[in-house]
Amino acid sequence: MSVRHALLALLSEGPKYGLQLREEFEARTGEVWPLNVGQVYTTLQRLERDGLVESDDTAPDGPQKSFRITAEGHHELASWLRTPPDLATPPRDDLVMKVLVAMRVPGVNVPDVVQAHRRYLVELMQQWTRIKEAEAESDLALALAVDAELFRLDAVIRWLDAADARIKRAAPPGPKAPEPRIRRSRSTRIAR
Amino acid sequence: MSVLEMRHVSRTYGQGAAEVHALDDVDLSVEAGSMVAVMGPSGSGKSTLLTIAGSLEEPSSGEVLIAGTDLATMSRNAKARLRRRVIGYVFQDFNLLPGLTAAENVALPLELDGVSARKARLAGLNALDELGLGERAGNFPDQLSGGERQRVAIARAVVGERRLLLADEPSGALDSANGEAVMRLIHAACKRGVAAVVVTHDAQLASWADRVVFLRDGRVTDRTAPPPGPESLLSGEQSR
Repeated sequence: MSVRHALLALLSEGPKYGLQLREEFEARTGEVWPLNVGQVYTTLQRLERDGLVESDDTAPDGPQKSFRITAEGHHELASWLRTPPDLATPPRDDLVMKVLVAMRVPGVNVPDVVQAHRRYLVELMQQWTRIKEAEAESDLALALAVDAELFRLDAVIRWLDAADARIKRAAPPGPKAPEPRIRRSRSTRIAR
Repeated sequence: MSVLEMRHVSRTYGQGAAEVHALDDVDLSVEAGSMVAVMGPSGSGKSTLLTIAGSLEEPSSGEVLIAGTDLATMSRNAKARLRRRVIGYVFQDFNLLPGLTAAENVALPLELDGVSARKARLAGLNALDELGLGERAGNFPDQLSGGERQRVAIARAVVGERRLLLADEPSGALDSANGEAVMRLIHAACKRGVAAVVVTHDAQLASWADRVVFLRDGRVTDRTAPPPGPESLLSGEQSR
């Protein structure tokens, strides 16, 4: 996730100190992604190197130094907000690989593998829903962040359900059930 | 004591080679104030479980107890009384009577149970008020949105202090915002002491439950563990 652009967004509101940026980032993202102050200062140094922010040269490095966004920083922020992330290349997904591998390993019950992951994901979703139920009504940022996580996990479970069904359909049929014995009516028997 | 207890419940349809085990040796208990979600693919037996739990169908074997009483020992009239007074049903397609207003739909189960029309209507209006639908009490179902209709259906299911709520895909026809609103209502009913069983294929709905039970081919194949505190997620302790 782009801490760099999140800091630019906060600085677009006005000059701020490093600690202030960390506190505001966490408060505005529902405290779902904790940020350590070292990462904040490292990112600010890189932003300054790239000409996207500037600081008060006379102040020493540390909590007293404030930062402000430059014109190039505003331009970069606007561009980032409008540009969709690169989703064209699918990430190497551990769970997809696991199911593909499970199908090849002798003696592995693939539906059991799928269910173990489904249960784990549902348990995670229960925890997130508890957070939403308890706190997100009054905290929009937290509600949005929790919803994003719930939809993400839900998508994985939907894939597991689809994979389960597809693998079941593709499985070779089991031993044929015996044909039902049809009882012929008396008239039919007489006719034969 | 559990409000609903299902012990070794099986339900079989047909015979011989055509025999279908819709449910196979299912155990389930639901305490007052708790919500259990039943998840599984189509054909896993979820809806059969719900109809048996609601005394709308008898099991082939096993016991079903509601508030400690075995359904098998109850007369037809006693079961009908149970369905009017103790059990509330919520279906995916709302099942509101189109010729009755929202308030009249909610009041109907009470009137059928012998409560005076005036008292039933008052209870219905109160239930709708609690669900934020007080202003829509006089509207007919075709004048309500899908989300509003489902909220009326939930009000009808919990009015009169029912103890057991059975819901079959209660948010199935709704968008996610309305779906969440429906689950919040069911959750709120549980906080007031109602026991709820929600059948669903939707993990986001199921995540509102205290426990989730997984069905496959009529059998319970898995259950979720009791969750740790939600604080563990926000402190960054979750494993990825």
